Amino acid sequence: MDSLLNISQVDMVFPTAKGDFTALKNVDLKVNKGEFVSLIGHSGCGKSTVLNIVAGLCQATTGGVILNKKEVKEPGPERAVVFQNHSLLPWLSAYGNVELAVKRVFGNTKSKAQMKEWIEYNLKLVHMDHAMDKRPGEISGGMKQRVGIARALAMQPEILLMDEPFGALDALTRAHMQDSLMEIQNELNNTVIMITHDVDEAVLLSDRIVMMTNGPAATIGEILDIQLPRPRNRVDLANDPEYNRLRGEVLKFLYEKQRKIEPIKPKNSQTAVIKKTG
Amino acid sequence: MAIGIVENKQILVSMISSLKTVLSLLMKQALMPMIGALAFLLLWSIAAQNIDTSLGKFPGPSAVFQQFGLLYQEHVREGEKEAAFFVRQKQRNEQRLAQDPEYVVKIRSYTGKNTFPQQILTSLVTVMSGFLLAVVIAIPLGISIGLSKSLSRAINPIIQVFKPVSPLAWLPLVTMVVSALYVTPEPMFDKAFVTSLVTVTLCCIWPMVINTSIGVATIDTDLVNVSRVLQLSALTHVRKIVLPAAVPMIFTGMRLSLGIAWMVLIAAEMLAQNPGLGKFVWDEYQNGSAESLSRILASVLVIGLIGFLLDQGMLQLQRMFSWDKTSEIR
Repeated sequence: MDSLLNISQVDMVFPTAKGDFTALKNVDLKVNKGEFVSLIGHSGCGKSTVLNIVAGLCQATTGGVILNKKEVKEPGPERAVVFQNHSLLPWLSAYGNVELAVKRVFGNTKSKAQMKEWIEYNLKLVHMDHAMDKRPGEISGGMKQRVGIARALAMQPEILLMDEPFGALDALTRAHMQDSLMEIQNELNNTVIMITHDVDEAVLLSDRIVMMTNGPAATIGEILDIQLPRPRNRVDLANDPEYNRLRGEVLKFLYEKQRKIEPIKPKNSQTAVIKKTG
Repeated sequence: MAIGIVENKQILVSMISSLKTVLSLLMKQALMPMIGALAFLLLWSIAAQNIDTSLGKFPGPSAVFQQFGLLYQEHVREGEKEAAFFVRQKQRNEQRLAQDPEYVVKIRSYTGKNTFPQQILTSLVTVMSGFLLAVVIAIPLGISIGLSKSLSRAINPIIQVFKPVSPLAWLPLVTMVVSALYVTPEPMFDKAFVTSLVTVTLCCIWPMVINTSIGVATIDTDLVNVSRVLQLSALTHVRKIVLPAAVPMIFTGMRLSLGIAWMVLIAAEMLAQNPGLGKFVWDEYQNGSAESLSRILASVLVIGLIGFLLDQGMLQLQRMFSWDKTSEIR
């Protein structure tokens, strides 16, 4: 079976004043339809760059991305992005923010009444139907992110790209949002790539966890299949041996194999890490 | 009965306490400005008594406030004269027609001097026209510069050079160019009006261009990315993302510009003898009567007051257009 998304041989080189900086080297990844894939790695390893390349917000230096047999060259609504800091337009209400996306995507195919229904359906999906007329400044961080997710879902994207969607939220809100996201996934079965820092989040939500090595010249280190049955429940999983094994695998990768050594003199230690990962 | 009295007492107590808060608010809001104003008036009158000019003593507050009354009376008298002129003209024309039915009636306009309120009106119309012309040019220009880095690099040096040019330097050029280019058999506007207007526009356009372009260029990249992901058309991008995001900066520019426009206009009217408050001041200076200084001071106060009101008006407009009603706009 052909994969929905094919990231092949992607290198990303940024020209800097001191010469070229290779951020990504030889990133290869296939994502199937309906799959939930997490990208995990230390900060600065280029996870966001991978996501931005898939989104079309930046262009790979070499290699490319194919989505549904078409090459990705520019951003587009079929690759909806949920940004880390919600990125809602502060002058529009929750409804207005979703409306902007819906009008753009379905302006020609849906009638006004259908669009209204669709916007309300998506806001209801993220449990924000009670605050549709509130502006981003009037709602909490978690609620803003819900609206951001509703906006992305409302575009009916072929793939949903989430850039640390819950990174800026407190732990309780984050857990709540993860449960919501699983509930939505259960219903819609979207194809998702999510960037995260959070090991528990990755194991809980994903079908596969893609672990990235440290930069520069970061690449995919290991891929972990998560075969835990769905629906998943965080409380039940807390004592599940398989869950804890998987969690341990990720932790081992992050904190033993790819231990981030904060360099005091930023030269030697970093090159040492690259040699170790080979 | 007894319960009623208790209730009344409670109402009375609450009334007194609310009265107290109102009073203390009034003290804070009104008392200090009043003390400031009184101190200023006192200093002014003391200073005025000690300044002797060739036109007599420097006018104190009372002389200036009297002058406001006189200026108004003058306006009323001039209005009566004008009405009388038209009545006479009408009568004369009717007589002529009665004598000679072939006579073609000529209506002549009244050529009496402009009174103080008329000069104020002229200045206001001119400043608003010049400012609006500047807005119409500056905001689209500022948006284009803000959106395109190369355009910004191309135009920015020119803006930086023209921005500090004094209106007095522009004026001779504008006067000559307007005289050369604005030649129509039946001009819709007075040449002097056009000269003042163009000078105002040239001087007040820059802060608006600069602020608009900065407002547009500094939009959150995440919001721009949202627009890119949605593949919004250029027009929708400007309408839905760029304009609302830049509104605060645009209004900051507009307020700066309107203040400059008003200052420039008075200077331009003085130098070019174009009708308006500036000309009024200059005429009084040339006139050199015992009244002149107090009349000039009266117009200085009016110029200041109008400048303040224009700024406040702009502020209200900003409040109306701003999407962020919670942020404090000063």
